[in-house]
Amino acid sequence: MASAWIPLLLSLKVAGWATAINLVLAVGAGFLLARGRFVGRETLDAVMTLPMVMPPTVLGYYLLVLLGRRGWLGSWLNDAFGIDLIFTWQAAVIAAAIVAFPLVLKSARAAFEGVDPQLEKAARVLGLSEWAVFFRVTLPIAWRGILAGVLLAFARALGEFGATIMVAGSIPGRTQTLSVAVYDAVQAGQDSVANFLVLITSITCMAVLLSAGRLVPGRVAR
Amino acid sequence: MIFDVDFAKQVGDQRRRFQLSVRFQSAARRTVIYGPSGAGKSLTLQALAGLLTPDSGRIVFRDRKLFDGASGIDVPARSRQFGYVFQDYALFPHLTVRQNVTFGLHRGLTNPRMDADLEPVTRWLRALELVDVAGQYPSELSGGQRQRAALGRALVNGPLALLLDEPFAALDPALRDRMRVELDQLLDEIDVPMVMITHDPQDQEWFGEATLYLLDGAIGQLPVGAPRPLSPRLRVV
Repeated sequence: MASAWIPLLLSLKVAGWATAINLVLAVGAGFLLARGRFVGRETLDAVMTLPMVMPPTVLGYYLLVLLGRRGWLGSWLNDAFGIDLIFTWQAAVIAAAIVAFPLVLKSARAAFEGVDPQLEKAARVLGLSEWAVFFRVTLPIAWRGILAGVLLAFARALGEFGATIMVAGSIPGRTQTLSVAVYDAVQAGQDSVANFLVLITSITCMAVLLSAGRLVPGRVAR
Repeated sequence: MIFDVDFAKQVGDQRRRFQLSVRFQSAARRTVIYGPSGAGKSLTLQALAGLLTPDSGRIVFRDRKLFDGASGIDVPARSRQFGYVFQDYALFPHLTVRQNVTFGLHRGLTNPRMDADLEPVTRWLRALELVDVAGQYPSELSGGQRQRAALGRALVNGPLALLLDEPFAALDPALRDRMRVELDQLLDEIDVPMVMITHDPQDQEWFGEATLYLLDGAIGQLPVGAPRPLSPRLRVV
């Protein structure tokens, strides 16, 4: 049964990296959308939220076209660095990051919009640079709301199937994440393996949801 | 001359827009901008502080140009060295009183620690009678304590001028009287010029060494001998 834990470990690794990437990108984008005043802001928000509503396999197909050896980005990576992303765990990370991105984005934007701009003004008048205002006032007040989104994104990345199987396939030990492993086990009639995988997946998701629930509503309750 | 101000700014959204035009010179230690709510007083104060950029004109403080539309000068708020007290105090909710007051003395990317014990901070906490609540959070304080904390935070930096946005509006009348006296004494001690905006006639009487009236959508000085307008009019564009 030892090998049955591998999909869990792999999923945790993939989801961990995907969430770390989103933490930087989606929080940054959330801040820009919350504070920015530019034409097309809501359109940009909608575009960045698309991965949440698109069917994962469709998303996976787009990624395949983009990252495949003949794809726009994939061919460049292949020619310049000899890198082939398809069927690697890195591709699984990219797929998971993209589908989970809107979850962090929405939470981050809402959390930043919940920070009173007057507090940021007060910090400015007191002599702080814009980066200091962000790290000392905006982020500390918003972080709980952001974290709730991050946990949900982690759960989503953990269970990613459609896009993952398109770009990363199902290679045991390399790209066979939890959801993919469940699918394979059921297809192969390995019920006990399937049961085990489903159980640990359910427990993990419950744990993540409960932690996220404790953090929402996101404001510092002081 | 302490303040030499002459700027214009178009404000508002699609539904309601008006032209704010402010012109005054004041050598007074205490200047009051007086008029009804929502007429642009806060915006004027924000422009002085650098939190709002005028469309054109100039803002000069003691011969230093803070804003000059013609030559493109716009000193950012963080470099103007003014103390600003907001109407609802804008105390940082995630920091204690002591951390709030220490805030401006830290210029890095991290907040002062809870046990930070800088001498000017302790001096001001004592002067403002906040030592007992120094370890508490703003939500745990009374209105008067919050106001004093906001004042302390603004003053500990040694500002060149103090800008106050309706400092007593959030307090009940009895407390207002007491705080007026305290602020008066405080201003005498620190000897820093002050600009206060208010719609309370008593504030104007108490602190209005020079008073600017809101008149026809513009802030300016009332000509000598002219009667005080009873209902300032707002011109809507």
